[in-house]
Amino acid sequence: MGRVKTIARRSFLIGSAAIAGGVAFGTYLYKREGENPLLADLKPGETAITPYVRIDAQGITLITPRADVGQGAWSMQAHLITEELDIDPATATVSPGPASAIYYNGVVGAEAMPIAATSDTLLARTGRGAADVMGKLMGLHITGGSSTVPDMYDRLRMAGAVARETLIRAAMKQTGLPRDQLSTENGHVVLPDGSKIDYLDLAVAAADIDPVQDVALRDPSQWRYLTKPQKRTDMVAKSTGTLTYGIDMVMDGMVYATTRTNPAMGGGIIGFDAAAAQAMRGVRSVLPITGGIAVVADNTWRAFQAAQAVDCDWGPSPYIGNTADQFDAVAASMTDDHQDSRFKDEGDVTAALDGADVIEAEYRIPYLAHAPLEPMSVVVKMTRTRLDIWTGTQIPRFVQANMAKLTGLDADNIHVHVLMSGGSFGRRLEDDYVAQAVEIALQLRDTPIKMIWQREEDFTHDFSRPLAIARGRGAVKSGALDAFDLSIAAPSVAESSLARLGQPAIGPDVAIVAGAWDQPFAIPNYRVTGYRTPAMVPISSWRSVGASGNGFLHESFMDEMCHAAGVDPLEERLRLCWHAPSRKVLEAVGEMSDWGSDLGPNRGRGLAFTLAFGVPVAQVVEVTNTDRGIRIDKVFVAADVGRVLDPVNFEAQVQGGVIFGLGHAMNCEMTYVDGAAQQDNYHAYEGMRLYQTPEIMVRGLENGDKIRGIGEPGVPPAAPALANAIFAATGQRIRELPLSKSVDFV
Amino acid sequence: MKLTVNGETHDVDVEDDMPLLWVLRDELGITGPKYGCGIAQCGACTVHVDGVAVRSCQLAAGDVIGDVTTIEGLGTPSALHAVQEAWIDLQVAQCGYCQAGQIMQAASFLDMNSEPTDAQIDAAMSGNLCRCGSYPRIRDAVKLAAIKLRRV
Repeated sequence: MGRVKTIARRSFLIGSAAIAGGVAFGTYLYKREGENPLLADLKPGETAITPYVRIDAQGITLITPRADVGQGAWSMQAHLITEELDIDPATATVSPGPASAIYYNGVVGAEAMPIAATSDTLLARTGRGAADVMGKLMGLHITGGSSTVPDMYDRLRMAGAVARETLIRAAMKQTGLPRDQLSTENGHVVLPDGSKIDYLDLAVAAADIDPVQDVALRDPSQWRYLTKPQKRTDMVAKSTGTLTYGIDMVMDGMVYATTRTNPAMGGGIIGFDAAAAQAMRGVRSVLPITGGIAVVADNTWRAFQAAQAVDCDWGPSPYIGNTADQFDAVAASMTDDHQDSRFKDEGDVTAALDGADVIEAEYRIPYLAHAPLEPMSVVVKMTRTRLDIWTGTQIPRFVQANMAKLTGLDADNIHVHVLMSGGSFGRRLEDDYVAQAVEIALQLRDTPIKMIWQREEDFTHDFSRPLAIARGRGAVKSGALDAFDLSIAAPSVAESSLARLGQPAIGPDVAIVAGAWDQPFAIPNYRVTGYRTPAMVPISSWRSVGASGNGFLHESFMDEMCHAAGVDPLEERLRLCWHAPSRKVLEAVGEMSDWGSDLGPNRGRGLAFTLAFGVPVAQVVEVTNTDRGIRIDKVFVAADVGRVLDPVNFEAQVQGGVIFGLGHAMNCEMTYVDGAAQQDNYHAYEGMRLYQTPEIMVRGLENGDKIRGIGEPGVPPAAPALANAIFAATGQRIRELPLSKSVDFV
Repeated sequence: MKLTVNGETHDVDVEDDMPLLWVLRDELGITGPKYGCGIAQCGACTVHVDGVAVRSCQLAAGDVIGDVTTIEGLGTPSALHAVQEAWIDLQVAQCGYCQAGQIMQAASFLDMNSEPTDAQIDAAMSGNLCRCGSYPRIRDAVKLAAIKLRRV
């Protein structure tokens, strides 16, 4: 702990100023086991052996506190518990549980630190330890940063093992048999004569026993579910329309609402005339909320229609309003006084470039919306003493704390019921939509309110992934990369999003350079500098966060440099790469794609590599330049997560990440006029459609020393691999996304 | 007006121009069809009218002539339709929000074309967006469902 305190005071950690005092005080707190939140509402005959396993007469409930936004987190968490608990996951109920500090995330905070995932120095280990301490002290019940599996891998298996051993202890009491004569199988304790006692019948007795803590985790060779192809626990419901998303909650006496706020971000509302809307069928009321209006009606569509009929007088946006000017502001911030970080500075870049034949290139990436297919939606019910919230969210405890501030209620009286999310990609790390519904509830108590945004409201009030500009300067020597100097300027996501969560953002924003500064290449003179553009329109984390754009910036320049040196991009990366698992994914993708073989006329291959969230991912994209435009034929991907826990979902997440990366690179951007987003529905922000989807071959490698998550790492290399493939096929070097500004796609 | 949905006839009192989607979701409590875009760009609201896939966000209630089937009426967890079976076999869904629409689109398409080519599958399914990127498995599941349906 001494070391942790020292590091925290250096204050390069996320929110360390707010926490520094708490760390000292919290030495005791950190070591103390948290209280099991499931004990609070147990009824007779029910037991909650750990915060993750609850048993009553109806059955077993597995608590899976990391949000499921489509990445399969609930199912994976359920399998981690059941692997040790010895039940069939299909027989259990899966529930995300209440908002609670005990469900803190001990891994995600390290992503905000300038610690390379490949580093195992004392400082790196200490920093990760500090992230865990802070996660626990702050009760960071949060899902993000591909952290669910790394964070929960031991924790949930241990929870399952503790519950199993406690149930066995109850069976020992009941039968008088010793431990070594009892085993477990599919929800039962098995006696030596082959007879069985159902876990459910042991639950009451188990509740009177202190949970058995002295348990060992099973050797992977004994696993029944992990590393085998799994059946996701949500698959039948999702294929039959029987799963309840946030938007599907129905309650007795519920009314339907929608909101409209100023399309010019942050512009607020001066006044409104609701006379026409009030007169429309089914409209119950038109209410003022922060920055706009809300309509409450007896049907969502009637609320939508009425919201459009309200005549609103909007104020002007306080931000730089037009995209050309926004890019100018980014370009202007690439100066010493805006320098935010220089985490990578090896060799002597200045000397190496001095007098050399300098290769220069400038790249641009746009704002991108999350646009999950389920629009922001929430059901709230507020009484004088209690607020209930049903929604898909990645941040249940922040929702609880922020709504406590908004309502004046004690946080204990705010109950967040997390539901399955119809996508997120980072959008549900925000609670702006919840706050709007609560503002309605404050004016309409004791009535359940379902608030749904129109798609246009969702697009124009997304908090985009930020735009960025990068300048690369480099030099080659004797057919090899000699100097690589990448400068990246962008506004800070941490500054923007943490402010909305009521948290300080201190020190450099690692996301400005993530996926660029931390790549495992030994270029003799290698420098990555981050510049922070002063805040403009609000922005937030988007699937793979900083690496989502920096993969393109780093790997496009890498490809240009290899081309300038006259070396093969795969050979040169392999020569420069010092990290063994990264070398292996590069070698694998080379083999999978038959790299170097002749593709024939008008065709090309592009390679890109990004190590993000500790996962090295290499991708090769194959394209054909047809007379109707570029066609993406095939994609080959190799990724290393240390251990693939479910090969079926692993492949799905990688393929999905590739399609997300390619689709946005092809044709998506958010642009602003007078502070208002111009893309307000999918016709203007299409992404990839099925007919454009290439074959995507995926290989999971297991050479990494730690287990990692795969929800995000597939995204960053897709865009640069595609752009590099287009260069190979056409000779056209594209330095700006989306690529559709420069080429047509079939 | 009267609407027959999943074999049951309902009397609903709504404006003629209310989209079928919102009659289903908010008046009848049938939430399998999803709201995604409201302008027929995403296909999440797809249902069948007399077996033909339509975007229920664009079909006015007053213009519904025929029997409506939603994902709930196509098959149930205990009595799956072949297309749903294929979706489960191949573990297609990620967030799953678009999948009711994808499945309804595929079921209607396969009903009209029992031996589709790859190009026909691509054309038929490209009006349905999936933000998670489950397209490779959707493509495979349509092919698998075609085989299952031919066996029936």
